[in-house]
Amino acid sequence: MRARVVIATFPHVDGLLNAVRRARREMLRVYDVYAPFPVHGLDEAMGIRRTRLPKVTLIAGLTGLTFALCFQYYANVLDWPLNVGGKPDNTTLAFIPISFELTVLFGGLTTVAAFLLRTKLFPSKQPWLPAPGITDDTFAIVIRKPSAEETHQRTLALLTECGAATVTESEADL
Amino acid sequence: MDKLPEGVLETRWITGSPTLKQITDDISRPMEGRPGKLWYILFGIAVLGLLDLLGMATWLVANGIGVWGLNNSVGWAFDITNFVFWIGIGHAGTLISAILLLFRQKWRTSINRSAEAMTIFAVMCAGLFPLLHMGRPWDAFFIFPYVPNQHGPLWVNFRSPLVWDVFAISTYFTISLVFWYLGLIPDLATLRDRATTKIKKAVFGVLSMGWNGSHRTWSRYEIVSLILAGLATPLVLSVHSIVSMDFATSLLPGWHTTIFPPYFVAGAIYSGFGMVLTLLILTRSSMNLQRYITIKHLDSMAKVLLLTGSIVGFAYATEFFSAWYGGNIYERYHFVNRATGPYAFGFWLMMLCNVLAPQLFWWKKIRQHVGALFVISILVNIGMWFERFVIIVVSLHRAFLPASWGMFYPTVVDVGILVGSFGLFFTLFLLFIRFAPMIAIWEVKGVVTEQAHGTHVAVDTHVIPGSEAPTEAVNAAVNAAHEGERP
Repeated sequence: MRARVVIATFPHVDGLLNAVRRARREMLRVYDVYAPFPVHGLDEAMGIRRTRLPKVTLIAGLTGLTFALCFQYYANVLDWPLNVGGKPDNTTLAFIPISFELTVLFGGLTTVAAFLLRTKLFPSKQPWLPAPGITDDTFAIVIRKPSAEETHQRTLALLTECGAATVTESEADL
Repeated sequence: MDKLPEGVLETRWITGSPTLKQITDDISRPMEGRPGKLWYILFGIAVLGLLDLLGMATWLVANGIGVWGLNNSVGWAFDITNFVFWIGIGHAGTLISAILLLFRQKWRTSINRSAEAMTIFAVMCAGLFPLLHMGRPWDAFFIFPYVPNQHGPLWVNFRSPLVWDVFAISTYFTISLVFWYLGLIPDLATLRDRATTKIKKAVFGVLSMGWNGSHRTWSRYEIVSLILAGLATPLVLSVHSIVSMDFATSLLPGWHTTIFPPYFVAGAIYSGFGMVLTLLILTRSSMNLQRYITIKHLDSMAKVLLLTGSIVGFAYATEFFSAWYGGNIYERYHFVNRATGPYAFGFWLMMLCNVLAPQLFWWKKIRQHVGALFVISILVNIGMWFERFVIIVVSLHRAFLPASWGMFYPTVVDVGILVGSFGLFFTLFLLFIRFAPMIAIWEVKGVVTEQAHGTHVAVDTHVIPGSEAPTEAVNAAVNAAHEGERP
């Protein structure tokens, strides 16, 4: 959906954090914040809900564990029992190292894949850069342009008050 | 570094307070200009080593592993020594990137990227040796449980530590690579946005996956990093434990000990930190990054070396004690033979480098002297290579029946491949510091911003009236007002 947005850039973290907090108190829609590094305190300020990615890890890890145990049982007990030094076919203890490794492998790879899917990152994707320098030394806040003119003016005033270096309007796919 | 008032704890890890732009410029500079003379000299030597490896490996594959000095008594020698050595080197990278992340050790930020790269290259070097030891590397896929056919036993033996090793090392390599690449993405985006040539723009454009520094992404990104660190931590401990089980589950005196897993893990971290020190001392001076890789970083690494070196020394003593206390004559003979037999020089070299050398780090002067650190870091690696040699060759050459005793003498190919593996390692590492950001730009920015504010919390002291953090109620209200909107 194309939408009009207000983009304000800040040279420092403090101004950015203040702008986000005040904008949210004013019930403005903070679409996103862009920063060259993860700014601590923004999660709370933006009211971002906790990600569900750890659940993905748990499920994938358990899948890996189950798969590894079942597969080793299948290969050593059902498909082709092999007498190695008179040990029992189902030597669960000896299956643990491989089961652990596959838990980690499944859990790790699936989490990263889920992260890339959720954040829609993929090789050679064309990035949307709201302002120059946001991967270098600039912080930017993108707010959906309020429909009421009065609110819009208040937004601009708020951003300038917080020390925005530039305030521009633009169109973006939100 | 500016003097801090007395009583204030020194928490700075980066010299001075560079601006964000300066950090980007400083760390990108080695990739954008021409490297110094030192880099070219080192690269030349490394490529010679790589050529040596290619030649020797070709010779080995063409003639079979008989060109090594292996025999019936000593069936594992340089090959497996080198394998364990290189895997061990890799462990420091994961320790720095994962375990120190979980412990929130800020000093890791300047060194984690290169340490992770080191891990990947070291594991590549390590993987080479079992592959070559097979003699027929084209059949290497036999070690994976592939679709059953008539090549031999239908499935691999899942009870064998050697098969555990296959899983451990391939998982370790994969997870390390993914972790490393994930960490690189924001920096690749930074490089993409400052690239001046078309080729660079295109390459970084593909690799950076459209990263634009969105905080909604950053927020998830940090959680994913933590999850991966949490997974990598037990993983790294498991990898060297499993490597040690290659030995510990056998009946050979000198191998058959329960102390092996923790002892190997401590040794691995010890040798890995030695290698990280060697590499960082070389890179900080050849790439002018003393501001980011400070004496304080080197000092911290020396402390880790002191700790793990002491654990290793303690493990040596424990081994000797159990050999004497256990009363097994074969075990007892093995340890006497270790210290007085034909390979005694290896044992004493290992004692000197692994037990005595790190004890010098009790002195702050030595921990902060770059020259001394460099020398000791190399001693550490010599010592750890000999530790594996002693464990493997000395145990094998005189086990049980004197009739089956023998000696191992390395051939030119043995030594050539060992030297060549260093060639491969350093070629990859030097290319890495030339073409990729060897310090995590975004992490350093975070640390510098934080150090400018004292702590995160201090940000709140600059709050403009009326802009206090929104309460739970406000958050809920705003979320409700925008319910159903994307994202």
